Amino acid sequence: MKKALLYSILILAAILCLLPFVWMISASLMANGHANVYPPRFLPDKVTFIQYKHLFSRLNVFRYFLNSVVVSVGVTIVSLFINSMAGYAFAKYRFAGEKSLFKLLLSFMIVPAQVTMLPLFLMLKYMGLINTYLAIIIPGMASVFGIFLIRQYLLAIPDSLIEAAKIDGANDFKIYFSLVLPLAKPILITLAIFTFMATWNDFLWPLIIMTNDSMYTLPVALANLMGEHNQDTELMMASSVVTIIPVVLVFLSLQKYYIKGIMLGGVKG
Amino acid sequence: MDKRSKISAAYLFLSPALLAIFIFFLIPVLAALVMSFTDFDIYSLGNLSYARFIGLQNYIEIFKDPLFWQSLKNTFYFVVVGGPLSIAVSLGAALFLSSRLVRFKGIFRLVYFMPVVTTLVAVSILWRFIYNPQFGILNYFLGFIGVHPIDWLGNPLWAMPAIILMAVWKNFGYNMIIFIAGLQNIPEDLYEAANLEGASEWNKFKSITLPMLAPTTLFVSIITMIGYFQLFAEPYVMTQGGPLNSTLSIVLYMYREGFMWWNMGYSAALAFILFIIILIISLIQLKMQRETNL
Amino acid sequence: MQIDFWAFGAEAEHVKKLTTEFEKLNPGIRVKVQAIPWTAAHEKLITAYASETTPDIVQLGNTWIPEFVALNSLEDLDTWINNSKSIKEKNFFPGIWKTNLIDGKVYGIPWYVDTRVLFYRSDILKKAGYNSPPKTWEQLYDVSKKIKKMYGNQQKYAIFVPTNEWAPFIIFGMQAGATLLKDNNSYGNFEDPQFETAFRFLVNFYKLKLAPVDMTLVSNLYQAFASGFFAMYITGPWNVTEFKDRLPASVQNSWMTAPLPAYDHNKYPGVSLAGGSSLVMFKASKHKQEAWKLIEFLSEKSSQVQFFKMSSDLPSLIDAWQDTVLTNNKYLKAFYEQLHNVVPMPKVPEWEHIVSGKVQQYAEYAARGIMSPEQALKLLDKDTDLILAKRRWILKREGK
Repeated sequence: MKKALLYSILILAAILCLLPFVWMISASLMANGHANVYPPRFLPDKVTFIQYKHLFSRLNVFRYFLNSVVVSVGVTIVSLFINSMAGYAFAKYRFAGEKSLFKLLLSFMIVPAQVTMLPLFLMLKYMGLINTYLAIIIPGMASVFGIFLIRQYLLAIPDSLIEAAKIDGANDFKIYFSLVLPLAKPILITLAIFTFMATWNDFLWPLIIMTNDSMYTLPVALANLMGEHNQDTELMMASSVVTIIPVVLVFLSLQKYYIKGIMLGGVKG
Repeated sequence: MDKRSKISAAYLFLSPALLAIFIFFLIPVLAALVMSFTDFDIYSLGNLSYARFIGLQNYIEIFKDPLFWQSLKNTFYFVVVGGPLSIAVSLGAALFLSSRLVRFKGIFRLVYFMPVVTTLVAVSILWRFIYNPQFGILNYFLGFIGVHPIDWLGNPLWAMPAIILMAVWKNFGYNMIIFIAGLQNIPEDLYEAANLEGASEWNKFKSITLPMLAPTTLFVSIITMIGYFQLFAEPYVMTQGGPLNSTLSIVLYMYREGFMWWNMGYSAALAFILFIIILIISLIQLKMQRETNL
Repeated sequence: MQIDFWAFGAEAEHVKKLTTEFEKLNPGIRVKVQAIPWTAAHEKLITAYASETTPDIVQLGNTWIPEFVALNSLEDLDTWINNSKSIKEKNFFPGIWKTNLIDGKVYGIPWYVDTRVLFYRSDILKKAGYNSPPKTWEQLYDVSKKIKKMYGNQQKYAIFVPTNEWAPFIIFGMQAGATLLKDNNSYGNFEDPQFETAFRFLVNFYKLKLAPVDMTLVSNLYQAFASGFFAMYITGPWNVTEFKDRLPASVQNSWMTAPLPAYDHNKYPGVSLAGGSSLVMFKASKHKQEAWKLIEFLSEKSSQVQFFKMSSDLPSLIDAWQDTVLTNNKYLKAFYEQLHNVVPMPKVPEWEHIVSGKVQQYAEYAARGIMSPEQALKLLDKDTDLILAKRRWILKREGK
């Protein structure tokens, strides 16, 4: 009895979580105007890919897709190196001011990103970087959260491993590349997913910094499309599907790392 | 010798991150502070002599600005109602999923987590249609239980609750995972001891689970609150701040002033006020935690 | 040598065909057309200005001209026009020409024009007893009440006046004779009796449920117009093409366009907005001679007609309207008539902020009955004065 109740609540919640997506996919496969009916249709009368065709042939969605891939992959790769180096230094080196420096960095996490937006915009403008991929990659290079996550993970690795390598005559960089990075692989994957998804889903910054249509990322293009194609429900649903699919795929294939990362960041924080 | 090389290596490893944080975070924060004391605007963008130092005037104007108070009220509404609601749903889901009676936990967890990973802008567009008063599926289902069609996003009373509902749906999975981890860390023998004493489920929850989860809950409330104060994409996409500015958030107002009307001085002051509010509330939460725990 | 020409959205694609022709006629001049999306046009131009990378010629929405004049970035065209054989003020619609005039100097040549007229369902108006569209405010009000009465308790409306569009409020204000701003455009003047009359007139439509207040009720404009959810809508030329494409065949014969009703009979048609895009030259251009040549070319009758055929953008040259492609389109007649009675809006850089930031907001407050019209207008003036504070300071500093 108790079990049945428990399951029915869990299943109901699962339906509530998934139903909007089901409707989204279904509406994206309908012809123009077919989603704007009462009572709502949950399945298309006839499946059509016309909305997707329209998106890719006339609305240049492939270009936005490419922009999103470039900035997301770019930020992920660059920040992984920079954050892992800093995280490693904080975890395994003792130096003057180490603790207070780390605390100072942690305290930055509370400053909302919006504070830096205006000057950062002007700065990048004077550097001639508006409407370039670098305008997104550069401010994303280092993240306090990333440094923190890697430090936490590396703290658990015994110092003796590193000492042993040192006795074998390896220098600091060799140790970092051939010992620390492989050891940190799980957390690096976690951080990579976090960064990739955050950049892919980010909206406000690309909205500000990409003023040229050909540089829009998918979320910006989507919001823009919404302005012009407010009337075309089916088309908007198709573009939402296109935007969501890559992150969902990344998540599904690497979900264990992702969920572990949240737990690590959450419990030890 | 060895020690010195070790230290210089540490600085080498640190320098790219520190440099990036210094140039692209610290300098902009300070510049924003300076900017908030000027009337930097579109005229100044071309000719810097059109920008004046005006001291605290932006801040004074903001405190007299009804739109600021409106946006502050809306943002607090979102944080105060949406925050606890989403934490409660997260905790509930975590408790259910930690029950020993449940199998297929992985699948449920995955499904509940799905909204978290999806793009907020796409989800906002999706929910805009779900909330459509004529054709939306929400009103359709509510119709079965006798609720008359509600103009969710067009009615100033319902627009913010609609955004909250969507935010809870989208976010609860994230905190749920953290709660599950927190629950796993509670030693099993505490419950066993309580079972021996014949404690009820509710009593066990109240006197074991909740206190043991306190650090997790604090962490979750701080990150949730910081995130919720930065409400932007949902109203930007779904309501543009309307109807009647009932969903105008601080960040949306800041964006409008800064990047639509180029009142960058005013906008920077708004950003700082947001920062100060977040700072104060985080400190209060930390202090409360210390007082109850130590 | 090459001249850089920025055009917006679809216009850029269309104008390329004309510039190729221009290149053939003028060997040695190359024209590079860059397409700027409409939604980003404003930011893009400001950014270009600030980073000193402005092109030679730009298509500029004519309400933006004051802003770029204030930034001192546009070339004064008076001497160019005086020396020109083809470009003469009298060849253009006077109201449109005036939008390019700032402090007595001309800064842009109208390229294509835009204004608002009344789109209406002739069948519904007929049923309500109107064989022709309303010509005065009184008739507009009367026909709306009759349509509403016809529908009884059905959730249908006479007219659609979206609360997120400022244009109707400004248009009706100007029709009633409001100046909108005062004292050298440095203070708001929305509380004056003329504007208040217009404001009250429109707010009344919401109050009596002749117009829907909730925007979300109209989730698809074309479906709503086709189903008779509303019978009248004040909008621009782009909707001629959209209505033709999107309305179902069943209503294609029962919609029409008409010039705007006037405050009273002897003023028909009532004034409307002088909109559209002008061609401007940037001061920083190093190829003004050639750029001007291109402007002259694009202002010829044949170029204008050809551009209309491609883009459906209405020609700024009065002569071009005599061409059969325009005279054969029955929906354009109202626009032609209306274009002789259009006026520019106040020419201040802050105008966009005032209308889309504030007029819209207070119109919505009044439409929903949250504020009385007086209260809304009082606050509107207060906010407008605040927005114009910097302008007052600059005027004073420059001794104007």
